[in-house]
Amino acid sequence: MRRDMAAKGKITINQGLCKACELCLTVCPDEAIRLSDSLNEKGYHPAETAKESCRGCALCAVMCPETAIEVYRE
Amino acid sequence: MNKKVLMKGTDALGEAAIRAGCTCYFGYPITPQNEVPEYMSRRMQEVGGVFLQGESEIASINMVLGAAASGMRAMTSSSSPGISLKQEGLSFLAALELPAVIVNINRGGPGLGNIAPSQGDYYQATRGGGHGDYRMPVYAPAYVQELYDITMKSFDVADLYRTPVMILGDGMMGQIVEPISMHERPEVEIPPKDYVLDGAENRPSRIIKSLILDPAEMEEHNWKLKRKYELMAHELPQWEEFMAEDAKLTIIAYGTAARIAKGAVKRARSDGLKVGLLRPITLWPFPEEAIRSLAKKTKLFLVFEMSTGQMLDDVRLAIEGRVPCEFYGRPGGVVPIPQEIARIIERYWLQKEL
Amino acid sequence: MKTVYTRPKTLKPVSNHYCPGCGHSIIHRLVCELVDEMDMRGRIICIPPAGCAVLAYNYFDFDVCESAHGRGCAIATGFKRAQPDRIIFTYQGDGDMAAIGTAETLHAANRGEKITSIFVNNAVYGMTGGQMAPTTLIGQKTTTSPYGRRTEVEGYPLKITELIATLPGAAYVARTSLANPVKIRETKKAIKKAFEVQISGAGYSLVEVLSPCPTNWNMSPREAFVYLEEIMEKEYPLGVMKDNTAKKDK
Ligand SMILES: Cc1ncc(C[n+]2csc(CCOP(=O)(O)OP(=O)(O)O)c2C)c(N)n1
Ligand code: SF4
Repeated sequence: MRRDMAAKGKITINQGLCKACELCLTVCPDEAIRLSDSLNEKGYHPAETAKESCRGCALCAVMCPETAIEVYRE
Repeated sequence: MNKKVLMKGTDALGEAAIRAGCTCYFGYPITPQNEVPEYMSRRMQEVGGVFLQGESEIASINMVLGAAASGMRAMTSSSSPGISLKQEGLSFLAALELPAVIVNINRGGPGLGNIAPSQGDYYQATRGGGHGDYRMPVYAPAYVQELYDITMKSFDVADLYRTPVMILGDGMMGQIVEPISMHERPEVEIPPKDYVLDGAENRPSRIIKSLILDPAEMEEHNWKLKRKYELMAHELPQWEEFMAEDAKLTIIAYGTAARIAKGAVKRARSDGLKVGLLRPITLWPFPEEAIRSLAKKTKLFLVFEMSTGQMLDDVRLAIEGRVPCEFYGRPGGVVPIPQEIARIIERYWLQKEL
Repeated sequence: MKTVYTRPKTLKPVSNHYCPGCGHSIIHRLVCELVDEMDMRGRIICIPPAGCAVLAYNYFDFDVCESAHGRGCAIATGFKRAQPDRIIFTYQGDGDMAAIGTAETLHAANRGEKITSIFVNNAVYGMTGGQMAPTTLIGQKTTTSPYGRRTEVEGYPLKITELIATLPGAAYVARTSLANPVKIRETKKAIKKAFEVQISGAGYSLVEVLSPCPTNWNMSPREAFVYLEEIMEKEYPLGVMKDNTAKKDK
């Protein structure tokens, strides 16, 4: 499957909950997540969407210890 | 009038618990209280309640905690070494404000000790042997009828104040057979148990917890408990006075020791000595007021305990040095006869020129 | 767009106190998902431990009763005997379950108590600062085994789950891991099965979940998850150790 065909998903990250454990980064097959340059209230660099390559597989949400990620798919 | 029946202490205790609506009993065998779990194992089956022999006293008191948090009237019984193991659970019950009845059939100690009647657990019972700033009502019945009545009452007190309640007896109290009237549970209005955990169906979820990390909040919880204990201290003290009205020498004794002391008082009276008895029925709250008012009349207090002297502290605190106070003790499981106490009375009578 | 993944309703919308990458918070979510999916909120009661999960009541929006360290299974027994139609589960760490609470756990299992235990094995005492646990691996350094766990001094990693699987009263016993999303889904399945077993009345059910404690393993969350899979899973093999209900199905 070509990447642009697979890209049919979307995530939202509740950055206030994020503790920058990076586990979502390790499981995302589409490299769609990265850590932000800015800090959240807790003092972490929270995860953010890196590019529009998300396919809505929800692996990041399954992994996320903070339940900070919601996943949508077309 | 209720017909009287002959009943052994432990059976009266068990039956009173059942009739008080106790539906859950958890315990672990230890002499001299095995007749209680044995009785409960039989009767709970008949009334459709829960009897479970736990794997230890620690497990049993925690099972009681679970049943109490379920809204049930729950009870456990044990004897001294087993009660030591329950102390953590008692502290939790007090902190969580859960009602429960705990029976200690006190045996000789410390350590494994022996299985003879003893009063060596007074400190542990009245000071809260567990950790933290808590108190717990402690009842020390001396007669089988009283044991029956107090057992019933204990469940009400536990529910009314949301507190663990201890019944402190000994092997003698458990084994003695006396005629009693087995009345039904008195009508007492119990506040609704809005703390019960039974699944958050159509209501907000509930938490039962004692972890309060903020010291200021924890302090507030401690003061709240303290206010409750003050209320108990005001409302619960119970005692018996026997020939105390004109007594120059007043014995203070509880439980089995008080039975013996009563015999001694009768002997002394027949010899013309003005001797009386004050018998605390609640050990906590201690009947201080009763002792203080006797201190206005009597010349000498004699505390008699089947220990090296523990209640003695409470008596001394109550009389605040107004009247001299002597002590006679037989620890380790020795049960003296009334003559022995009568001799002690005579000795003090002569020595102090009463 | 349709929602593929959203926060379970019974997981309160608050931040938790767990360290970054801690397995407890993942397991909390799985439990809440199941409480929602199996519609259990109105009849479930949780008994969390003394341990890092002591504050579980801050996150679970269902009834929760605190326990003294290790006493979960005894308290759960009291609840279940008093309310046989409710779903009762303990949530316990390795110290809580396999050290101080061994007796309560084994005997509840042996009685076939119709309760469920979720046993979070992170091989250390997390809450108290990373001391040795009964489940600490041989050679593993902790704050009370600074030279690494030595069998001649501290004995062997305790496999309480295997022990419990030998008991007739235990109806379902499994060990899972949080090492990756597939294994997390397996964990959820196992916990679901454990609840179903309880509801069916078959007996005691236990799911041991191998879970990272990055803080006390002195690792980044990434490293901890690798360690979990490559080292810890070797000592503690995954799988269903017992399923009485499967036998009956056949
Ligand atoms: C009777 C008692 N002893 C000791 C403690 C201190 N204590 C609290 S939690 C804990 C161990 C926690 O380790 P574990 O059960 O593995 O759970 P984790 O924190 O790792 O999730 C200890 C020793 C206590 N609360 N009560
Ligand atoms: S100490 Fe370990 S177990 Fe406790 S919250 Fe932190 S990572 Fe989790």
